[in-house]
Amino acid sequence: MSLNATRPTLLAAPGVAWLVAFMVVPCLLVLSYAFFERGVWGGVEYTFTLENFARVADPLYAKIFLNSARIALTASVLAILIAYPAAYAISRAPRMTQPVLLFFAVLPFWSNYLIRTYAWIVLLNREGLVNNLLRKLGYTGEPLSMLYTEGAVITGLVYNYLPFVILAIYSVLSRLNPELMEASRDLGAGPVRTFLRVTLPLTLPGVAAGGVFVFVLSIGNFVTPALLGGGRFQMVGNLVYDQFLTANDWPFGAALGAALIATMIVLLLIQARATAHASGERAGETRE
Amino acid sequence: MKAKNGLAAGTAAAALLAASLAAGAASAADLVISNWDGYMAPDIADAFKAATGLEIEVVNHATNEEVMGKLMASGGKGYDIVFVSSPFAEILNGQGLAEPIDAAAVPNLANLYPEATTLAYDPGNTFSVPYTWGTTGLCYRSDLVEGTPDSWMNLLQPSDALKGKTTMLATDRWLIAAGELAKGYSVNETDPAKLDEVKTLLIEAKKTLLAYDDTTFYSKLVSGEASLVHAWDGWCNYGIGENADIKYVVPKEGSDLWIDTIVVLKSSANKEAAMKFIDFILDAKNHAWAAENILYKVPNKAAMDGLDKALLEQYPNMAMAPADFTKYELLRDLGAAQKDYSRIVSEIKAAN
Repeated sequence: MSLNATRPTLLAAPGVAWLVAFMVVPCLLVLSYAFFERGVWGGVEYTFTLENFARVADPLYAKIFLNSARIALTASVLAILIAYPAAYAISRAPRMTQPVLLFFAVLPFWSNYLIRTYAWIVLLNREGLVNNLLRKLGYTGEPLSMLYTEGAVITGLVYNYLPFVILAIYSVLSRLNPELMEASRDLGAGPVRTFLRVTLPLTLPGVAAGGVFVFVLSIGNFVTPALLGGGRFQMVGNLVYDQFLTANDWPFGAALGAALIATMIVLLLIQARATAHASGERAGETRE
Repeated sequence: MKAKNGLAAGTAAAALLAASLAAGAASAADLVISNWDGYMAPDIADAFKAATGLEIEVVNHATNEEVMGKLMASGGKGYDIVFVSSPFAEILNGQGLAEPIDAAAVPNLANLYPEATTLAYDPGNTFSVPYTWGTTGLCYRSDLVEGTPDSWMNLLQPSDALKGKTTMLATDRWLIAAGELAKGYSVNETDPAKLDEVKTLLIEAKKTLLAYDDTTFYSKLVSGEASLVHAWDGWCNYGIGENADIKYVVPKEGSDLWIDTIVVLKSSANKEAAMKFIDFILDAKNHAWAAENILYKVPNKAAMDGLDKALLEQYPNMAMAPADFTKYELLRDLGAAQKDYSRIVSEIKAAN
């Protein structure tokens, strides 16, 4: 075996070992719990059962799953709608200022997720900054109830994951060959048509990557619904959390977790296929 | 071949890391104690060492369920003493994990109120020692709520003015107890038909809530976000301390009697030291720390008798006589019915 062929395997080994030891093995352990019965006070009784998976399909829990998917999808769409123009503007800015703008886009990541989420509580609560500002501007009605609503949960998710989407879309936009747009315009297409027929289709892989990212992170999120939803809007992440930490039903929590991971893997595979397909097409176009 | 070696090296490194993490977790202290954050004096380790020469290490748990999960998984190993609410002490005893309290080694047991030595889950304090006790009721802003709330229905079916301005505890036993007490049922009810009625009542109540809140309900009262909240008496006191318009009431339908206890684990290697620690806590001055600082009633007559009268005036529920609240029903271990309670809580939380 040549040195060149072995080197990549060697270089990958520490990373692979890390992933296997601290991600694959724990995930498989959790998955294995799903096939056993719960101990009444936590832990697992090693009696084989499929009941936990049957419970996941129970309408009560299926409803929580679907509701989480709906909230995650709303967050993804909103994040894309906000991130696309922002990424577009950044990619059109002078070369020198682009890194500065990107720096500001990811700046919120420098603070802790919890702190950023608590900031929304300070802003949105009934006696919070937004309501106080409205009062100063002359609003005299009942203070607005913005916190502990589904809207607050979605706002928190969009806010926290937006930088990922901006980066994903920007990375595709910035690699786009400007000559393609020029060609489109030379051939008589207006700016709107150029955008819809050339820019947008070519940047869809970035949009998909960003969107799937937000969806996957949102559907499993439990901190934001707990803090901004006041415990009134339960998402599947909260359900998993509750099974492990309050109901002490580890096997059922594991089954829910497995269903969640399966959903995420399917979505990520679809997204990877779509991206490969799109870049394959583009490679084909270049050859033509 | 090389690749395989590389992988083996990686695995060895991971094993080494795991081993060093495990070594880091093993403690040199004589006693490992798990308690809620802030539930003991911050300098307890130094004070205990000065008194006995023994080292303690305090670890925190956020909920009963969290520490129970760990104890069940490890058979109690890794801890010498845990602070848990009484139904969980009952379970630890039922599972054979609790060490009998050696009364001869804990002379300060004599400081306990008589009511604290005849508690239904453990008469004679054979496997647990009560640390704090109290009631669960309504905590409210007397300047924002019209009239004086006196019923659980004030919380569960609030007047229009209070809609969206109430919070409830989300911890399963207390959430369900609010509905059970309102209906006049036992807080340990297991009849499915009655629990179904309670569930319906609590799902209706959810629509009128601002939020479920186990930890910051009193600050929502202080800020004015909420006007009436479901609260443990001691936590209502934190609100009262910041705003004298905040008041606490036990509804006319009654309350549960909650008790947080100290349990020594059978797996402890240092039971003699553990008994010394319990005796240290039950010392009038040390136990009074909990009353003065966490504003919970403590079942220690000597400690309560020594409290500053001004404290009792500021926080009237601190002055409740033990006979007046030990008449309420204790939360008991539900056994297999605990699963039904978990399921009901999931259904309430999933309901829109």
